Amino acid sequence: MKVALKVNGVQRHVDMAPLARLLDALRGPLGLTGTKEGCGEGECGSCAVFLDGVPVNACLVPIGQCDGCEVVTVEGLAAAGHLAPLQACMAEHGGAQCGICTPGMLIAAEALLRRNPDPTPVEVRTAIAGNLCRCTGYERIVQSVLHAAHELRSTEKGAAE
Amino acid sequence: MHDANKPRDTRAPVVGENVTRLDGAAKVTGVARYVDDLPAMPGELHGATVRSPLPRGVLRAVMLDPSFDWSDVTVVTAKDVPDNVVQLIVDDQPVLAAERVNHRYEPVALVACADKAKLARAVAAVTLDIEPLPAVFDAEESLLGRTVIWGESNVQNRYLITKGAADADDGEAAFEAALRACDVVVRGEYSTHHQEQLYIETNGMVAWWDDDGVHATGSLQCPYYVHKAFKRCFHLEPEQIHITQAVTGGGFGGKEEYPSLIAMHAALLAKKSGRPVRMIYDRVEDFEATTKRHPSRCIVETGCDADGTLRALKMRVLMDAGAYVTLSPVVLSRGVLHAGGCYRWRDVRIEGVSVATNTPPNGAFRGFGAPQTTWAIERHLDAVARRLGIDAGELKRKNLLAEGDSTATSQVLHGSIGGAECVEKAFAASDYVAKRRRGPIVEGRKARGIGCSVFMHGGGFTGSGERMLKGKVAVDLLLGGRLEVRSASTDIGQGTETIFAQIAADAAGVSISAVSVAVPSTTRVPDSGPTVASRTVMVVGSIVERAAREIAERVEAVRRAGESFAAAGDRLLAQEGPQTALVQYEPPAWVNWDDKRYKGDAYPVYAWMVDVAEVEVDLDTFETRVLEFWSAADVGKAIHPLMCKGQLEGGSLQAIGWALSEEVVWKDGAIVNPRMTNYIIPTALDAPPFHTILVEAPYAHGPGGGAKGIGELPMDGGASAVAAAVEHAIGVAIDHLPLTPERLFAAWARSNSEAAQ
Repeated sequence: MKVALKVNGVQRHVDMAPLARLLDALRGPLGLTGTKEGCGEGECGSCAVFLDGVPVNACLVPIGQCDGCEVVTVEGLAAAGHLAPLQACMAEHGGAQCGICTPGMLIAAEALLRRNPDPTPVEVRTAIAGNLCRCTGYERIVQSVLHAAHELRSTEKGAAE
Repeated sequence: MHDANKPRDTRAPVVGENVTRLDGAAKVTGVARYVDDLPAMPGELHGATVRSPLPRGVLRAVMLDPSFDWSDVTVVTAKDVPDNVVQLIVDDQPVLAAERVNHRYEPVALVACADKAKLARAVAAVTLDIEPLPAVFDAEESLLGRTVIWGESNVQNRYLITKGAADADDGEAAFEAALRACDVVVRGEYSTHHQEQLYIETNGMVAWWDDDGVHATGSLQCPYYVHKAFKRCFHLEPEQIHITQAVTGGGFGGKEEYPSLIAMHAALLAKKSGRPVRMIYDRVEDFEATTKRHPSRCIVETGCDADGTLRALKMRVLMDAGAYVTLSPVVLSRGVLHAGGCYRWRDVRIEGVSVATNTPPNGAFRGFGAPQTTWAIERHLDAVARRLGIDAGELKRKNLLAEGDSTATSQVLHGSIGGAECVEKAFAASDYVAKRRRGPIVEGRKARGIGCSVFMHGGGFTGSGERMLKGKVAVDLLLGGRLEVRSASTDIGQGTETIFAQIAADAAGVSISAVSVAVPSTTRVPDSGPTVASRTVMVVGSIVERAAREIAERVEAVRRAGESFAAAGDRLLAQEGPQTALVQYEPPAWVNWDDKRYKGDAYPVYAWMVDVAEVEVDLDTFETRVLEFWSAADVGKAIHPLMCKGQLEGGSLQAIGWALSEEVVWKDGAIVNPRMTNYIIPTALDAPPFHTILVEAPYAHGPGGGAKGIGELPMDGGASAVAAAVEHAIGVAIDHLPLTPERLFAAWARSNSEAAQ
């Protein structure tokens, strides 16, 4: 099946069986290996991507449903060679250790900050509860997201003034 | 931004600073390449494993379905393996089962095919003809030796630690007499269960052969373990073997010894097919086939004075090694060496035994035997305190090892003993004493309690291990005043790369941006020893420091007044040629260990930690939530405080998961729940907020001003702190892990019916 989709702002095409996973399309023909597979059954969140703005586990999405959709992966979070504040905070505040959960974690956190720019620690924990991390104990991930939220708010405030 | 050209004295030290981790940008942008992210090589095949469906039996035949098209499928069996032994400690494990299978999921045959879908069908088209033999799944049953499944008696290893009365010629009787003479004697039994490392990246490897020999690149902790295994299996010269670490998505011990097996499997298929072979386990296969934490059962009997002064400790530690020895002797060793906890004992008799069962081999997992015995001794001291009617925290504080005291192995401690400070700080931060005194808080159907654990963990290899290992590191001077650190220590998330760069930068007096750390590949790096045993920073870091300092001294010797480090370095390179400092680790001269009597300096130094957990138990569902978790840890010196806390918190959460929710369920030697959906590790909502306090009692031989090893430390005590808090909350003492709601309810119901009688 031929599928046309926009990936990180670029129009792309793949030709795959309709039940092939979006994850395999991304990691295979589309060459975007930043999205990781941890369990293959929607439990760990390592393969989270935005599909039409909604965070989904790419291991559970058939490519046949992605025709005409817009996908944003971890590779699409950095703007023009600069780390997005969320990415920078994750690297600086201990949110990434082994890094394998980080791409999915970033997508979940980005989704949170888009709808809630000033989250509480519990709201951060709830937002990333579908993303498993075995390294950090989550404390530094939560702190990283809170730092990023703060930074984004100050930038916006600065821009508004 | 490159300030390597500045004179070297103007820079600020980076040890102790929270610099951005060097691999941070690659990891947050998705460009870091883990093994399955490596581009496919020309002609590459996918590899898969055919595994035993039975726990024990005689392998009569490996049969290929004649109706299947095998034309583009490579099949490997035991007869294709040049030397069919996994090189580790004991030569009992085959690379592929030949005549016997000894556990469920044991690898028997390998298949490779370019088409992944066909590969799965090929696996199904291989039939194993196995005549079943009686199997043993329980360590206590194995110890009885009624069915012999390993060696002559199923017993793989035994250790005995004695001290005081137990040292006498009639040690056992003399020890018993000393124990019975104590005012208060308490006996208990404590057990722990399997735990899966559950790194989020599964095991994976790519292997190929060319004119240089064999190459394997993948997810691993110890490139030289794989190197040694290849040397044995393929009978190759060392320079023909090229083992390289890809970015590794967590290990926790699970990628210590296991990667040798998957790498050999991939290389066997690559050899036979003449093509590169990629083997990536899916989650279920990884869960079923790879190593787990050893289950344990400890029988403990102690004697103390009426005032709580501990006197005599007797313990029998039994560990379930699984079907083959792998690293069990060392796990058991570390287990018994930590069995006395961090307390003063006059008389000690600790016996350790590991036995085989027909389950997949258990292996390295953070803590390496110490979490099991720490669970036993901490829960036991909680029981002693209960008997004495004093608080467990007070009992532990009172008996804490201090300067000049001797451990269970008669090691006299000198320096870097932060235990007491950790107790003070953790108790103060959590308000432990007042909360304990106040008693549990019951509101509606929720009961809240608080508990503590006190523990220490030895850094580096046990006893004479580091002396025999002779770990090495190289630091090269590069053009432009840059340094490259070459070591076999892998960064598996813990931050090795960054920490080595910090240590080298300060030792050489250059900017951290002038230091790079080589990808660990056996072709390029010396054997620094494995990335295990809380040794990377403390042991390997200390020789990184020496090597960097040596290079700087060479540059300094030729540096002219006012000249930059870079200019002097460039001139040195031009005049003298390549500059490499190769430094070998030497343990402190005073480290004295008697391997026969199991006496002496088991470890050169210990890191200390105190955990305080506050929990809430739901009295209807018996679910336990950890509400807050405080820790104080004596790390010697934090090279990178933020990453150090990250290690402590991550390890603590693994301990909490082990205590509350993680349970491998077995049926006839098979795992019932080999998935993330039913083997439950904590999520961000299950994890408590961590309040982590770093205590620094510097170790004279540690790098960066006294760093000690802390990688494993936090795994040791979290479970017992949680259990103590649960006991405080609902008055039920649980001595057997895990504290799942079902087990907690059963124990609570039992204790209520006992109380009613």
